[in-house]
Amino acid sequence: MSSSELAARMRERLPDTVVARDEVTSVVAREDLIGTLAGLRDDPALAFDLLASITATDWPERSPRFWVSYELYSTAHRHRVRLKVGLSEDDARVPSVTSLYPTADWHERETYDFFGITFEGHPDLSRILLPDDWDGHPLRKTEELGGVNTRFKGAFVPPVDRRTT
Amino acid sequence: MNPDTGRSSGPADPLSTTELRQETMVINMGPQHPSTHGVLRLLLELDGETVVTCKPIVGYLHTGIEKNCEYRTWQQGVTFVTRADYLAPFHNELAYCLAVERMLGIEVPPRAQVLRVLFSEMNRIASHLVWLATAGMELGAVSIMLFGFREREMLLDIFEMATGLRMNHAYIRIGGVIMDLPPGAIEMIEGLLDVVPGRIHEYESLLARNPIWVERNAGVGILSAGDAIALGVTGPTLRAAGVPKDVRKDEPYSGYGSYEFDAVTRDTADCYARFEIRLEEMRQSLGIIEQCLDRLREPGPVMVEDPKVRWPAQLEVGPDGIGNSTAYVTHIMEESMEALIHHFKMVTEGVKVPDGEVYQPVESPRGELGMYVVSDGEHRPYRVKIRDPSFANLQAVPTMVEGGLLADAVAVIASVDPVLGGVDR
Repeated sequence: MSSSELAARMRERLPDTVVARDEVTSVVAREDLIGTLAGLRDDPALAFDLLASITATDWPERSPRFWVSYELYSTAHRHRVRLKVGLSEDDARVPSVTSLYPTADWHERETYDFFGITFEGHPDLSRILLPDDWDGHPLRKTEELGGVNTRFKGAFVPPVDRRTT
Repeated sequence: MNPDTGRSSGPADPLSTTELRQETMVINMGPQHPSTHGVLRLLLELDGETVVTCKPIVGYLHTGIEKNCEYRTWQQGVTFVTRADYLAPFHNELAYCLAVERMLGIEVPPRAQVLRVLFSEMNRIASHLVWLATAGMELGAVSIMLFGFREREMLLDIFEMATGLRMNHAYIRIGGVIMDLPPGAIEMIEGLLDVVPGRIHEYESLLARNPIWVERNAGVGILSAGDAIALGVTGPTLRAAGVPKDVRKDEPYSGYGSYEFDAVTRDTADCYARFEIRLEEMRQSLGIIEQCLDRLREPGPVMVEDPKVRWPAQLEVGPDGIGNSTAYVTHIMEESMEALIHHFKMVTEGVKVPDGEVYQPVESPRGELGMYVVSDGEHRPYRVKIRDPSFANLQAVPTMVEGGLLADAVAVIASVDPVLGGVDR
């Protein structure tokens, strides 16, 4: 299926679908996420059985601030689609898709760890790559690169753009 | 326990588990442990020798590569992503560069594409050799460890000669590759093609019918195709379950569609199948390298001509390693003010990428390596997300380990071949 045909099929379910650089991207509302994913996975013509990745992007100046994106792949039809959910800053919650795709477990933990987005219904939403006692969510654009206290005599490593040496 | 084989019959036998579960023991395997393939930590709940639950804990090698990329130019991103999965540096670079090139809408010259395929496949062999070496060591076949690293050294010598570095090469750049093969490299690769097939045969004759190797691997760590897909597993572990998913075949990039090779599959879905697949993949890669050498007879540029994209410097390998060519330094420092300004602009600001987003998969030695790149139209990436295959594959370890013996856990981790640099990024 070419990307325009796939986009036409996706539009039947999600009207907000675009094709850019040969990739199909659909925007889905948070409330419809689980139902849509179940439909995409179980429809034999689409059969998106592999969830390759979940991640987010942070746009502090825009509304919605966060976009959570899901990269889906079909091992039968060998096509891809990206689903995106927009989330506002004060309500950064999205339902967990671990019940549909068990692989989402770690991907959602990583997105929580990096962006502080809550995946409701996740079996164990804890930090995965950063230490459990880490403060903040480092992939947010509002967090600086570096700027950490070290254990050596109270030394502080400033963020890279404020370093003088 | 089955008295004939000494193997656990697994949690399917409720009587034995309830009986024995009265006292389980929680042990910590790793993060510093010779058989965890890196800084992986497993929290294992044991019932005698049987694994009841297994929880992999990762993050010990997190280096913030994705965040760092956002603070550097697009070209500098190559030097960051290459460090993620340190056994597949060329694949990391390739996925990143392909993604950026798709955003820029540029096509790299044919010779650069051949070089990209050539190095990707040599990298695949090098990575599978490390897998063979470490997996052998973890299961007690120490001679294989020495053999694997011995042959890998031949590949690293080629990498060092062509790129200046043994690892983290930053050889594949946006718009092509940084430099053409130096004189003598083709002969070295031909030497590789003469030696390695015989060595692969040697590994096979040492292991394939070795009773200990077969006993430790066959029927161990079974992961069915359905489970593997649900858990997001790709690469040799998925192909061992009979699913011929290979990005090189399914979504060809860099001209892979024009090469002859097979996506190797097996049906037994166990550790032994993964061993067979990796050996066969090394042979397939040798075949692709041979086809690359044929195509490299045709000379041509190795980077796009567009001065707004191509890296301005010209590198060459000197007596003290790789560096800017003296002719180029003379040109910008003594001959042309415009060339110096251009050099300065490209090195400090770099290329401007139109806004948008791209997800670019490539087939790394461990599976689907995806690069999700977002641009806001500026000189720096807005977001770089590395979808590392080891990260997803490692999640499937509990499914394969739970209910089996503790010793089998070692075989299972080895067969999945996680590289923690990629998992933790």
